[in-house]
Amino acid sequence: MQALTVILYLLLAIGLAPLLSGVIARLKNNLRLRAGQSILQPYRNLRKLLGKEEIVPENSSWLFRAAPAIVFAASLTLFLLLRTNSLLSVIFVLALGRFFLALAALDAGSAFGGIGSSREMFLASFVEPAACLVILVLYLAPGPAWSVAHILAGLALLIVVLAETARQPVDNQETHLELTMVHEAMLLDHSGPALALLLLAAQIKQLFWLVLLVSLFVPLTALLPLGAGLLAAALVIALIEVGIAKYRLFKVPDLLVFGSILALLAVAGALLGV
Amino acid sequence: MNLLININSLVVLDPFALFFLTVILLISFPALVYSLGYLQPKYSGAKLLTTQLTTVAFILSMALLVIVGNALVFLIVWELMTLLSYLLILTDSESDAAVNAASLYIIMTHCGTAFLTAAIFLIYRHSGSFDLPAMAAACQTMSPLLRNTLFFFFLIGFGTKAGVVPLHLWLPYAHPQAPSHISSLMSGVMIKTALYGLIRFVFLVLGISSLWWGITVLTLGIISALIGIIYALMDKQLKRLLAYSSVENIGLILLGIGLAMILTRLNLPGLAALALTAALYHLLNHAVFKGLLFLCAGSVQKGTGTLNLEKLGGLIKTMPWTAGFFLVGAMGISALPPLNGFVSEWLLLQALFTGGQSVPGLPALYLALAAAAIALTGGLTAACFVKAFGITFLALPRSQEAAEAREAPRTMIFGMAFLAAAVVCLGLLGPTVFNVLATVAGSICRAAPPPAAFLSSDLTICFVLALGSGLAIGHFSNGQKVRVGRTWACGYYETGSRNEYTATAFSKPFRIAFSFFLLPFRKTEKVKDSFYHVKSFVYETYTTKIFKEYLYDAGLGLVLRGARFFKRAQAGSIHLYLSYILATLVLLALLVRAF
Repeated sequence: MQALTVILYLLLAIGLAPLLSGVIARLKNNLRLRAGQSILQPYRNLRKLLGKEEIVPENSSWLFRAAPAIVFAASLTLFLLLRTNSLLSVIFVLALGRFFLALAALDAGSAFGGIGSSREMFLASFVEPAACLVILVLYLAPGPAWSVAHILAGLALLIVVLAETARQPVDNQETHLELTMVHEAMLLDHSGPALALLLLAAQIKQLFWLVLLVSLFVPLTALLPLGAGLLAAALVIALIEVGIAKYRLFKVPDLLVFGSILALLAVAGALLGV
Repeated sequence: MNLLININSLVVLDPFALFFLTVILLISFPALVYSLGYLQPKYSGAKLLTTQLTTVAFILSMALLVIVGNALVFLIVWELMTLLSYLLILTDSESDAAVNAASLYIIMTHCGTAFLTAAIFLIYRHSGSFDLPAMAAACQTMSPLLRNTLFFFFLIGFGTKAGVVPLHLWLPYAHPQAPSHISSLMSGVMIKTALYGLIRFVFLVLGISSLWWGITVLTLGIISALIGIIYALMDKQLKRLLAYSSVENIGLILLGIGLAMILTRLNLPGLAALALTAALYHLLNHAVFKGLLFLCAGSVQKGTGTLNLEKLGGLIKTMPWTAGFFLVGAMGISALPPLNGFVSEWLLLQALFTGGQSVPGLPALYLALAAAAIALTGGLTAACFVKAFGITFLALPRSQEAAEAREAPRTMIFGMAFLAAAVVCLGLLGPTVFNVLATVAGSICRAAPPPAAFLSSDLTICFVLALGSGLAIGHFSNGQKVRVGRTWACGYYETGSRNEYTATAFSKPFRIAFSFFLLPFRKTEKVKDSFYHVKSFVYETYTTKIFKEYLYDAGLGLVLRGARFFKRAQAGSIHLYLSYILATLVLLALLVRAF
């Protein structure tokens, strides 16, 4: 019985993750006064990719083919961690997915994969302290609450989300210019179902981060406030993406360190009980 | 007059000693099996025999070190261990690099040993016995000043051997020079015996009397972890990279030990036991995965003849076993679930979190900072090992040697397989191992070991994760429609190994972000055969090793200048020298009377 609820829960996460991506893309377009795509477009993309054949680069090894499955499994595990409230493991599971994604990017043997892989690991190193401290805040002062600590943690988490979901000003999902991409550059040589799996993994990870962000302020059991919170978070992300240009790569650590400092202040707040 | 060495207390087999004995034997066995194949064609006859005998003696000296209960014997065995490892670094004594590395090693560790000797004899003056329990009793009545001094002596003495920043200088020179199974023993086990000594003498003999001791150790741990991994990330020689990463891991273990000291001092023995358990778990894990990684590096060196990352690549196809084992080790060291590094770093963070919850005020914030430092270190470690594995084993070979690599012989594969299995088991059997180590830590902190219930739920998830990915891989390798195609290169088709990313390029963002510390500089050299055409272009990039250049070289300069000054006393007359001897004797006699 319990296994069944877990499976249903995971299926729900898989099912809703592309929708969130679609909503953010639509919001961005509407904010720019464009008509925008349907919010169901990510589903269509996935269906199309799943039906295509997979092209594997000739220089690559078994690792290239195994990586998408591992990345997907790692993303899904995040939701299991959320369910059992063992958030401490989150940074480790994230690292697992990232590790294999970065290795697969190197495996194709092109410079683009190398750029993406190097930059992803670079940015992730600066994301991890902030993420760790936000989790510490949740450990010291379990939410949801509208305290100083939670608001500061929320701001820090927002910066983490921007970096982890490849959003501006850290990365730009809309461009396919090889020299500026980070996340996209790593996916460049994947195709067909493998690419679908990687895109879905990224969408699931995005849903996870936003649910975590909302859970700072809203109980996860209340579905309506949760949905409203997710929508609000999507709007905030869309506003940021429309409003801010992409930072230079070497300016991004400044932003991420700022996030860590916010998170440290949040910890101080949690220790003081405010 | 009591005996210097009491036979009854010569050997101590408490849980702590047994734990270390296990660690030593766990690494020694596969390393010895590995050496059978590793040493074979290069060395033969007498050289092979002496090397192997020295290795066995080295292992025995380490095993002896952790079970002696007499400080004098401890010092003697400590020195024996140092000398034997010195000989082993010198295995390739015809190379200048080995001789220099070995000299640096022996000079630095002897300076450390001097501090240890001083500390142990200072205690002996109070206790009148070298038995550890008697020394522990004597320490309780010492003045705070003396205890602080002793703590610093132990910290410097053991810290030199462990490779704590800024005393780490010998490590990146000595470890790469030794044959790989020796590097694996030195990095995996020998530097841990220094931590054994630190815990044994500070926790059990000296007793923790000030809060700032723990804070000092914790801070040193953070510094070592960060600096070690930043240097590892910059390096492109595989074994030196691993040696720097040992500095990082020693830092993480010290962080745990420091936390345990702080919590002991704050009267939270249960949490201190948790922190110490995490530290011991990480110590065991590091022994296993670093041992494994050094063995794999040796296999790469044997198969290709080089350890320079820029000349490697594509080995996953020619050396599939070595590649697989290196991947397991790299995953372990990057703390990826469900392998062993994950469990110990998780425990470290857990100890910091619960510590932060229970400790009042500013120290709690400092623990949060330590947690952030662990997270940063974790991220950098993952980047470092993506580089190490990705550049060495994936994509296309970058040189002829790498293209013609041959897989290692069976004995070497066995050695690596044994340790890789240990990496997996220590991860999957986390709760069981935790309970064992909690008993060990509990015996040191004199507190009931904390329960391990919180571990198992997370590990179940890891099982699900492993299972899920296994199933997914199975599904994909079935493959519906798969075609082999070219790598995308913007429409160009002649892609080769020169299109690949290099190790130097991979670490460039880090070099820029940490430039305030690394002080990078580059050398470029253009050769033009006409105004318009550049015939060749050489580009080299370096980082400044600030500890060597600003601390050690400056110190060395002082010593040399001092030596030049005192050289004036060396006039060449035998009468003068005889009078020096007489003067020294008189001075010593006066000194003895004074005390």
